[in-house]
This record gives sequence, structure tokens and C-alpha cells, in this order.
Amino acid sequence: MQNSGSQTPRVRHRRRSSEVVQEASKANGMLVNDQNKYRSMLIRAYSTVWMIAGFALVIYMGHLYITAMIVVIQIFMAKELFNLLRRTHEDRRLPGFRMLNWHFFFTAMLFVYGRILSQQLVNTVTTDKVLYKLVSKLVKYHMIACYALYIAGFVWFIVTLKKKMYKYQFGQYAWTHMILIVVFAQSAFTVANIFEGIFWFLLPASLIVINDIAAYIFGFFFGRTPLIKLSPKKTWEGFIGASFTTMISAFVLASIMGRFRWLTCPRKDLSTSWLQCDPGPFFRPEYYTIPRLFAEWFPWKEVAIMPVQWHALCLGLFASIIAPFGGFFASGFKRAFKIKDFGDSIPGHGGITDRMDCQMVMAVFAYIYHQSFVVALTLSVETILEQILMNLTLEEQQTLFMKLGQIINETITAES
Amino acid sequence: MQNGSSQTPWVRHRRRSNEGVQEASKANETHLLVNDQNKYRSMLVWACSSVWMIGGFVLIIYMGHLYITAMIVVIQIFMARELFNLLRRGHEDRCLPGFRMLNWHFFFTAMLFVYGRILSQRLVNTVTSDKVLYQLVSKLIKYHMIACYSLYIAGFVWFILTLKKGMYKYQFGQYAWTHMILIVVFTQSAFTVANIFEGIFWFLLPATLIVINDIAAYFFGFFFGRTPLIQLSPKKTWEGFIGASFTTMISAFVLTSIMGRFQWLTCPRKDLSTGWLQCDPGPLFRPEYYATPKWFPEWFPWKEMAIMPVQWHALCLGLFASIIAPFGGFFASGFKRAFNVKDFGDSIPGHGGITDRMDCQMVMAVFAYIYHQSFVMGQNLMVETILEQILMNLTFEEQQTLYMKLGQILNERMTAQS
Repeated sequence: MQNSGSQTPRVRHRRRSSEVVQEASKANGMLVNDQNKYRSMLIRAYSTVWMIAGFALVIYMGHLYITAMIVVIQIFMAKELFNLLRRTHEDRRLPGFRMLNWHFFFTAMLFVYGRILSQQLVNTVTTDKVLYKLVSKLVKYHMIACYALYIAGFVWFIVTLKKKMYKYQFGQYAWTHMILIVVFAQSAFTVANIFEGIFWFLLPASLIVINDIAAYIFGFFFGRTPLIKLSPKKTWEGFIGASFTTMISAFVLASIMGRFRWLTCPRKDLSTSWLQCDPGPFFRPEYYTIPRLFAEWFPWKEVAIMPVQWHALCLGLFASIIAPFGGFFASGFKRAFKIKDFGDSIPGHGGITDRMDCQMVMAVFAYIYHQSFVVALTLSVETILEQILMNLTLEEQQTLFMKLGQIINETITAES
Repeated sequence: MQNGSSQTPWVRHRRRSNEGVQEASKANETHLLVNDQNKYRSMLVWACSSVWMIGGFVLIIYMGHLYITAMIVVIQIFMARELFNLLRRGHEDRCLPGFRMLNWHFFFTAMLFVYGRILSQRLVNTVTSDKVLYQLVSKLIKYHMIACYSLYIAGFVWFILTLKKGMYKYQFGQYAWTHMILIVVFTQSAFTVANIFEGIFWFLLPATLIVINDIAAYFFGFFFGRTPLIQLSPKKTWEGFIGASFTTMISAFVLTSIMGRFQWLTCPRKDLSTGWLQCDPGPLFRPEYYATPKWFPEWFPWKEMAIMPVQWHALCLGLFASIIAPFGGFFASGFKRAFNVKDFGDSIPGHGGITDRMDCQMVMAVFAYIYHQSFVMGQNLMVETILEQILMNLTFEEQQTLYMKLGQILNERMTAQS
């Protein structure tokens, strides 16, 4: 029953098929005292290397492929989570009920990605007149189409309500909605960030991975004091060590990543070609002279720091302090419903949702941070003018001009 | 245990405190309204509550956009309270002090987020005259999203820190339940408020159609109801359903022509003031004249009809209100059965709780908003969003600079084309 491939060092119980004798010596449960920790670390490291390599390849290939990767991850996550609270006995009596989950999944996917990628889609087809008209119509009626699909699912649900199965069906309905909201909110924000520049996806994701790995290693070597009852294998030493490591790597990684146009330029359409752009004020290094205090032993006379590195520090702070709560939430959830792992797709790590739990919290924060502090600061007369000229037709520009004129006139008369 | 005042004619069982003898005679009968002896008495209670609700509603409409929004906020608070209480279990709750606070924390965060987003533009327009307030409000709006997110994360962390051994399942269940309630309650009220500021018409018409559909279904069922409609709500009948559909669509057409004449109802509100409104109602509300077709009977008094384009839109709204919106009611009925609850609450005599009245309204409000965005306002969506961005993020001087530059570019284009 226990699968040796689906162990993480952080689950409550650790059993291997032929090592019952270990349990007696594991009364303490801490990683430091475990004899076989090196073996589990090897399995875990192996999976990690593959995941990171695959990830790097997809980053190299570009925005569209990253989005595709996220969609695939989403589908697997949704499948894991849909299956989690399903009860096969009830399900046998409700044929076609699983279809409903996937119907809502498809509707949510259409809605979320349609909204995020609509502008990019329009920009991709500007050259072809027929396609442009078609795409514009699709974008215009996108919301009502998604709503119609949702209502169809809603009506279908009500019509298939079966006597005595009401509670199960309503529970499943609520569960489906919660899953879709959790899965799609974070992936929507992730994809939105990607098209603003791969940097804004890559940095937060890397910070979570670094935080994870650093916490594991610090806990491995120094872990003594338990952190939280929910996850007994986490330790304060691991937590604090990982926090420092994360913040330092945020600062350093941002300066490395900020040099590549591939990572910092926003993608305006759905092409996969190379990117050229003016990276913007955030990625231009500013030069600071080292204060006399450090000048003696510090090899450089002045330091080039990009403004984005300060933002990276904030992201690092969040990744080390708050994002682990996503992991605690998932642990608590698994305990509440008595599950060991969400799935067992990844050897040494559990299911895909087990890997994504902290990433989800971080992705949402990264998007909101970006919208509030990065985009808002770069909104100026030039950028909005550029938006107007690029996104609106001539008639719409003239309408905008008229309306803006009216509003300005009203404000002037109101003030005087 | 059964409360005589929390009956609706559409619940499964109907019991009154001292009418046990009725039950025996109802054992074999169907529960259709036509066969019930005391239906007239219950109808009186129901009618009394209805009159009061409609009267209060009309008064609020007269007072204006801001007061309607306030009414919606109050309704929301009551709905949320009813729904929060519904699946709470007293025993577990005693072991978790402060857990109810978490619900209201999330409620407050959702309220701040939703109304801040919808009313931000109006708020800015209200304070444009005062420089200091304007700066303050602009800053608030700029950091609105991150503020709401911080509040949400604070609640999330609080939830995790207060997880108690042995209570995990209950707490996670409550957490999910809270989220579902807030999403359901706030989505529809957000859309309702957004519609109100586009013009009270777009809130009043859908709401009225639901009420008319309800009342018409009740009366048609009362007099003609024979064939049951759906297992979930045994008192609903096909006769009621179809009669109500026709009534709703006809009243949609007629009501629109009446409502469309009042600028108070058709003009959008650009700020948060409460004064009188003047505006150009737009092409939708200008009557177009059609000559009466030849096949209309001789006695038809008018030779030509004035029909506003909005009346065709109203027909679509009426169609939705009669066919799809009742499914909101079926959903609520199924939900009540699933969890063995009679009514969501008992605030309104004859009708049940507030959620019982709002179940169809919620479905309608969302549709009305999406319909409005797609078919009525669809043309200028992009323009509106960019305009909003301009007004929210640029100072007045920057707006003027933008205006000048845009003017220059457009002029260049015009001369280049000609």
C-alpha cells in the first residue's frame, strides 16, 4: 500500500516495503537522525534535476511553449484534484457526472486564456483582413460565449440531480468550483506575467525552488527545532537559512536574468521569434559608489544595481516568509482528508499539486506585485499613447479623443 | 419546530402549528397548490410581505444610485450571515473561538475589493474638484489591489495558524464554504452595482422581470396548475412555468417602453453624487417608428408604433428570466434538500430568508451584466478601458498632454489620408 516512490521527506510517516525495523529508531522523526535519508535524497535529487532541466529547455523555447507547459501542468493538477474526493460507489450511479467536471474545466480554460491572450491574438492576425475580422468578433462575444457554456453546465447539473445523491452531487459541484478557481487563478496570473516578460515568471518560480531546496538542505544538516505542527519535518533552522539564501539569490539572480532580452522583453503577440525591445527603466543598471567603509577590501569601486533588484528582494521576502504557507495549507488539507499525497506522478516528490502548492501562492503575488508596483510606475503618457495607437482602430482613437476632450473640459469648468 | 411564518408555497411540506388534522387528509394527495384548502390564507401572508418589499424597493429606486447600492450591500450582509450560519455546527464552533471572525474578515476583504474596483472611477470623478482629496484617492486606487491581497493573505495565514488537531476537516470545510458563499454573493452584487451605475434601467428591468415571473408563476399555478414541472420543487407546474414565460416576455416589452422614458433610469451615473441626472440617453432609447403591418386586425388603434431598440434587448432579458433564471431557484431547492434545510432563514414572513428571494435574482443579475457588456456596450469596451486607465493613472496635466499629442497624431493621419 505504501509506495516507496511517492515519499517526500516531509510527510508524516515514512515507510519502505522492507524496512519495518527502521520505524523503531525513528521515534523522533527528524531528518537528521534518519539512516536512509541519503537514499531518499538521491531519488529526490534525481527527479529535481530532471524537472529543472525540462524547465530550462521550455524557457529557452519561449513564451508560447511555457504557456503550453502551464496548461499541461494544469490539466494534470485538475485531474489529481478531481479524483481526490471522488467516491467510486456514488460515481457508478451517476454516469456522465465526471464529464461535468471537464466541461467546467474547458469553460474556465476558454474564459481565462481568452481574456489574457485576446490582445496578443489580435496582434498576431493584424496582417490578414479576414482572420482579423473573425478574431475581433470572437473576442467581442467571448464573455457571453463562456457564460453560455457555464449556464449550460449549471442547467445540466440541476437536471441530473438524483434523489438521495443530492449531498454528494452538491459537494462535488462545490469541490469542482474550488479546484477550478484555485488552479486557474494562479495559472492565469502566471501566463499574464509571462507575456509581460519571462523574467516575471522565471524569477518567482526559481525563488520558490531555491527556497524549497535550501530549506531541505539546511534542515538536513542543521535541523533541530520543529517549525509547525502541521508539517513536523520542517524546522526553524531550515526556514531561516532558506530565507537568507532566497533573498540573496533573489538579488543575484535578478542581475543575471536582467541582462537577457529574451527574459525581460514583453511579448506583444503569439509568435515565437526572437525579441528585441527597450528593456525599460527597471533593467537599466544604476551605478552606486561603494561607501568608504567597504571600499578597502571590496574589489569593485562602484556597483551596478538595476532597480529591478530591489523589487526582487521583495519577491524573495514573500517567497521565503509567506509562500511556505501554501505548503502548510496543502499539508493541513491532506491531513484533514487523510491523504498522503495528491498523486504520485513525480518520484520522490509526490504529485504535481505537491510541487505546485507554494508556486500557486507565489504566482498570484508576483502578478499583483507586478501590476501594482511595476506596471503602474511605467504607465506614462508615452506608454498609454503607444497602447492607444497600437490597440485601437482609427475610429476608436477618434472616439477616445472626443471623450477625453469632453472630460477635460468638464473638469476645467468644474474647477473654475 | 416548523415555523409557521417561514413557509413558502413552494416548499415540499406545509405545516402550521395547529393544523395536524390537515396532514392526514394530505397524505395521499399531490402537493399541488390547486388542491390546498388553506392556500388563500398563506397567499395573504405572502402577498402582504410582497407588497411591503415592493413598496420599499420603489422608494429606494426613487432615491437614487447610491441608495440602491447601499440597499444591495445591506441585502448582501444579511445573505452572507444566513449562509455562513447554515452549515455551521455549534459543537465544533465552541472549540474554535475567533473562527467566525475569519468569515467576516474575508467578507470585508471581498467587499473592499469588489466595490473598490467597480466604484473607483466614480470615486475619482467625485473628488476631482479638491486637489488634496484627489491625490489621496488616486493613491488609494493605485494600491487598492495589493491592499486587498494583503488582507486576503493575512486571513489565509491566520487560518493556517489556527488549524487545530482533530478539527482539520471541519475547518477546511468551513474555509471552502466561506469562499463559495463570498464568490456567489459578491459576483452577483458586483455585477448588479456595475449595472446600476450604467443606468438604473439595467438593474430595475431584470429585477422586475424576475419578480413578475415569480408572481405570474404563482398565480398561474394557483389557478391552473396540474402537471408537476421538476422533482426538485414539487409545487411548480408546467402551466405556471409557461404562463409565466409569456407574461414575462410581454411585460418585458411593455415595461421597457415605460421605463425608457425616464432619464433618471436610463442615464449612467459618472460619479457618486445624488443629484438629478441629465444626459443624452443614446441611440438605444430613441423610439423608432414602424408602420403597423397590414395583417394586424382593423381594431388596432395605432397606425404606427414607436419601438425603442432597447425593447428588443428587453425581450432577450425576458426570455432568460423565464427560462433559465428559475434554475437558480431549483438549485437552491436542491441545495436545501441535500442539506435537510427548510429555508435559508426566516427574515421575511411568507417567503423565508433573504437568500430564498434572491436565488433567481442572482442568476439574472450576472446575465444582465454580461449581456449589457457584450451587446449594449460592446462597441466601446476597449475605448472605455483605456479611458479608465488614463483617468486613473495620469495627473490632470498629463491627461492634457496626452490629449494634445493624440490630437496632433490624429490630425497628421487625417491629412496623410486625404
